[in-house]
Amino acid sequence: MEAVVVESVSKRFTLRHAHSIKEMTVRAARRQSLAERFTALDDVSFTIEQGDAVALMGLNGSGKSTLLKLISGVMRPDSGSVRVRGTVAGLIEVGAGLHPDLTGRENIYLNAAILGMSRRGTERAFDSIVDFAEIERFLDTQVKFYSSGMFMRLGFSIAVHTDPDVFLIDEALAVGDAPFQKKCLARIREHHAAGRTLVIVAHDTGTLERLCGRGLVLRQGRLVFDGNIYDAVDLMVPPADDQERARRERARREARSDEAVRTGGANPTAR
Amino acid sequence: MATDVVPPLVAPGRGGGLIEVARRRYLLRLVVRRELRRRYQGSLLGLGWSYVRPAVNFCVYYFVVGIFLRMTKTVPAFPVYLFSGMVLVNFFTETLITSTWSVIGNRALVQKVYLPREVFPTASMLVSLVQMVPALVILLVGAVLAGWSPSTLALGSAALGLAIVVVLALALGLLFSTLNVFFRDFGQVVDILALVIPWTTPMIYRWTAVKASASALGLQIYLANPLTVAVSLFQRAFWWPATGRPFRPGDQRFPDHLTTRGLVALAAAVLLLIIGQAVFRRVQWRFAQEL
Repeated sequence: MEAVVVESVSKRFTLRHAHSIKEMTVRAARRQSLAERFTALDDVSFTIEQGDAVALMGLNGSGKSTLLKLISGVMRPDSGSVRVRGTVAGLIEVGAGLHPDLTGRENIYLNAAILGMSRRGTERAFDSIVDFAEIERFLDTQVKFYSSGMFMRLGFSIAVHTDPDVFLIDEALAVGDAPFQKKCLARIREHHAAGRTLVIVAHDTGTLERLCGRGLVLRQGRLVFDGNIYDAVDLMVPPADDQERARRERARREARSDEAVRTGGANPTAR
Repeated sequence: MATDVVPPLVAPGRGGGLIEVARRRYLLRLVVRRELRRRYQGSLLGLGWSYVRPAVNFCVYYFVVGIFLRMTKTVPAFPVYLFSGMVLVNFFTETLITSTWSVIGNRALVQKVYLPREVFPTASMLVSLVQMVPALVILLVGAVLAGWSPSTLALGSAALGLAIVVVLALALGLLFSTLNVFFRDFGQVVDILALVIPWTTPMIYRWTAVKASASALGLQIYLANPLTVAVSLFQRAFWWPATGRPFRPGDQRFPDHLTTRGLVALAAAVLLLIIGQAVFRRVQWRFAQEL
């Protein structure tokens, strides 16, 4: 069953060069253009099945974040259609909803509500959120006194405790120190195991290989590849030589058998 | 996930508008609380400032207009007269100014997360409403001291006047917050509007002064202003009973057919709200890229 259907979606932005009347007159007198059209997405189509984990890859400015914003409903496509089954939420710009003047506790309630959680849902997840973010001692401190690490951890923790059907993750995996990142990855895996659909944007190809089965590659707003994650990674970062290629394949085989061990016996809690 | 009903494929973030805001009251309440917190964070007086501002405003008008210009001589219970209009007008201008900046001020959220964006102007209006409560209490105490007693007419007028202003402020808040996203100059325009608005209503002077100097058409235009009607209704609710005179229909203390005018103004405000909501809904898709 499809979870996300994107059909020939295009999105253009207008970059305005002049904002005030003065600037407009000057530019008009010099016969410079007042605005420029810029195509962020050009006729992109794909379908994501429920429970899939899909990596969105591409260089900066290739349209990944725009695509995520279209899926989350923040923006609408100029043409084509985006349709989603169930609720969407995501780790898009973690901490966007945190307010510096509120305490950690208040922020948890507010941000969870912004991400669509009910009061009861928040109360149920509260301890787990605090635990995950490791901020027990600072729960009643205003967030503006938090270290940047604590701030990001809190934002991330709230976001991963929401319960959407489609989970969008944008560059958020680079949050915190190594142990925290590991915890985040584990949590995202749990979401995947629970049958949620994941759409992940990240530049770290290693992480993407471990999380996703499928990769989409965007180049200047066009979808240039849709298929196996390993092929997508190789397309994004072509191996330098045969030796490198062999090394990657070995690493992938090992990662796959690790995965099998972990999900098979070592981690009985995995759903 | 054990969901029995498979949700259909739909376009994400279909703006449910004010109805969705009403459905997500819990979110709205938290946003209002955050806004109140933000405004008074770290200040010694805290919410006390919402007493100080109208108090100073009141004193300035009372002394200049009431004493120096001798309005207290011609208008009985002038303080109650002045304050009953001022409470409404302050709420109105305050809402206009804050809601105009409400979408821009929440830029980070608007760009990153989908939520019904009507939440922001609505929250601005509710914050002003909360801040209006102390002023209303003072008004009531002042009116009672001056001899006010409740009556159906007084309470009905108060409710109608308040309803007009609330709906009108929300409607304009939606429109202005949208305009300000696309034309930042609009914020300046609203500041100027807030300067002019108190003088377009019979808050400081009597409406009869307009009647005496304006043409018949001019007077009708003046009385067509919903805010004028709302202020008159508030005066009928709090000031008139406090002067101890019985209310008679056709009394020149108030414009003719004030109740009818009030109902028409309310209908106009509701119509404007529908228009404001429609405009907001149509263009909110461009917020994320314009900000």
